[in-house]
Amino acid sequence: MNKILEVRNLGKIYGPGCPQCIDSTGPEADTNLCPHCDSLVAMHGVSFDLFEGEILGIMGESGSGKSTVVNTLYSEQAPSAGEAIFYDPVSAAEGGKSGKQHELFALNAAQQRWLRNHRFGMVYQNPQRGLNFNITAGGNIAERLLMSDLMDYGAIRERAKSLLARTEVLLSRVDDLPKNFSGGMQQRVQIAKALATRPPLLFLDEVTTGLDLSVQARILDLILEIQQELKTSMIVVTHDLGVIRLLTGRAIVMKYGRVIEAGLTDQILEDPQHAYTQRLVASAL
Amino acid sequence: MAKPVLQVDGYGKYFQLHEQNKLIPSSHNVSFSVHAGELTALVGPTGAGKSSVLKGIYRSYLPTGGRILYRDAQGHELDICLASDHQILELRRREIGFVTQFLHCLPRQSTLDVVAHPLFMNGVAREEARQRAAELLAEMNLPERLWSVSPATFSGGERQRVNLARGFIARPRLLLLDEPTASLDPETAECVIRLIERLKTEGTAMLAIFHHPETTRRLADRVIVLTPPPAVEELLKEML
Ligand SMILES: Nc1ncnc2c1ncn2[C@@H]1O[C@H](COP(=O)(O)OP(=O)(O)OP(=O)(O)O)[C@@H](O)[C@H]1O
Ligand SMILES: Nc1ncnc2c1ncn2[C@@H]1O[C@H](COP(=O)(O)OP(=O)(O)OP(=O)(O)O)[C@@H](O)[C@H]1O
Ligand SMILES: [Mg+2]
Ligand SMILES: [Mg+2]
Ligand SMILES: [Zn+2]
Repeated sequence: MNKILEVRNLGKIYGPGCPQCIDSTGPEADTNLCPHCDSLVAMHGVSFDLFEGEILGIMGESGSGKSTVVNTLYSEQAPSAGEAIFYDPVSAAEGGKSGKQHELFALNAAQQRWLRNHRFGMVYQNPQRGLNFNITAGGNIAERLLMSDLMDYGAIRERAKSLLARTEVLLSRVDDLPKNFSGGMQQRVQIAKALATRPPLLFLDEVTTGLDLSVQARILDLILEIQQELKTSMIVVTHDLGVIRLLTGRAIVMKYGRVIEAGLTDQILEDPQHAYTQRLVASAL
Repeated sequence: MAKPVLQVDGYGKYFQLHEQNKLIPSSHNVSFSVHAGELTALVGPTGAGKSSVLKGIYRSYLPTGGRILYRDAQGHELDICLASDHQILELRRREIGFVTQFLHCLPRQSTLDVVAHPLFMNGVAREEARQRAAELLAEMNLPERLWSVSPATFSGGERQRVNLARGFIARPRLLLLDEPTASLDPETAECVIRLIERLKTEGTAMLAIFHHPETTRRLADRVIVLTPPPAVEELLKEML
């Protein structure tokens, strides 16, 4: 198995920062707010690897830094520290530029945008962040395709249709605005849009939170089907342990911006090592 | 004699429960081996740590003592206690199967796909995988009308057959079975027992816990008797 992403010592501090920020925050200090300078340590020292075709879970309570991790990897915000290497499996497969690797935070904005448009996909909890509500469902997907390399208008429309069919959005609704869709359908359009460029790496941030159980189940099914079919690597952020169990093979647990436990998902759920994880799992039973 | 597929040496497992400030043992100094084409059975009273041994081997539990040596098809040895998470995932994909009494599955997935899943993960084409799943389910007497629906609403016995079929289908070299016939009627249990016998003749190494002593007697080549591990206080007293 090949590595697709290597994340080392990722950190993010909101505020001026001071020499005591790190020592005076974290699970032991029971806060992510530095008492000396009022900076907020959203994450610190976050490291993990992701392999091709693997789904990694990030779990932890609200404010623990889960979204900060994926947002920085998706280049929506810059980290304060750390590095992340993306090993491009597409360029490796196409030969020539074989095994091309990118140090994500050393890239300029244009290069980051290129990766976002061609190699990464993001699905947000809030569909308004992932979709343009002022254009149709089909248009949303076409928009993303236009930013990649697909040029032919007919081909774009065909691809958009097949993606919507794949994600079970009725074709009769291709020309409707997403704001008129149910929450579950908005999420499926978002997933179709994220998949439009067949990215090898997909970030999913609480994509089933707030949906009805049966709608949730269909979305989870869809995600697993996609992973089996396209071998997409994914990072799944959720505080729902059921989602973690169904989707992921490995997981990390975060608290106050730190990774406090990492392991096989079933091991974390059945034999959690850290006191906090034990409480988290026990409270979910 | 050929070297064992699995050799467990002084396996121990202690749970450190931080909240209650307790150390709970499930296994202490357990040793045995499992050979190709043989079934090793774990017996003992409830709480003896039978299930915990299987979970330690599958690494759903992190072992706290001893060695668990697994020998793969190429003859390479790996200590499961020390293996990386990715090494374990690779073993689970290719070599080690685990059938528990629980079936985690998605509500919408058809039974056929649930059973074929391990083959999908190994790159077998969908139609071929479904074909093999169908053959296995037929062998286990699961009515054909159930194949296309999700096992989420199945009875205990139906669900258990799906679970077993999924555990068997990829032909793991080592199969861990935790009370595989517990919720089955005698007729279905007999199907499963015959399937286990067939797997044995085909060379699968098995480590199993059975609900009924007669099943153990019929299937086991080796029987390992486990007793509940001494409380931590007892162990400490002994050592002092
Ligand atoms: N722009 C910002 N300025 C200041 N603090 C921020 C900013 N963005 C996030 N934070 C803080 O960083 C911390 C981590 O936020 P993050 O969104 O990563 O948490 P999360 O684990 O995703 O939580 P949730 O489960 O609620 O989504 C939080 O305490 C949050 O308030
Ligand atoms: N995840 C866990 N956390 C804490 N203690 C555990 C855990 N799993 C098992 N134990 C303890 O380990 C001991 C052995 O349990 P185990 O389930 O392995 O027994 P068993 O022999 O399979 O019993 P049974 O025949 O009832 O299935 C029990 O006392 C149990 O309380
Ligand atoms: Mg978040
Ligand atoms: Mg048991
Ligand atoms: Zn500070």
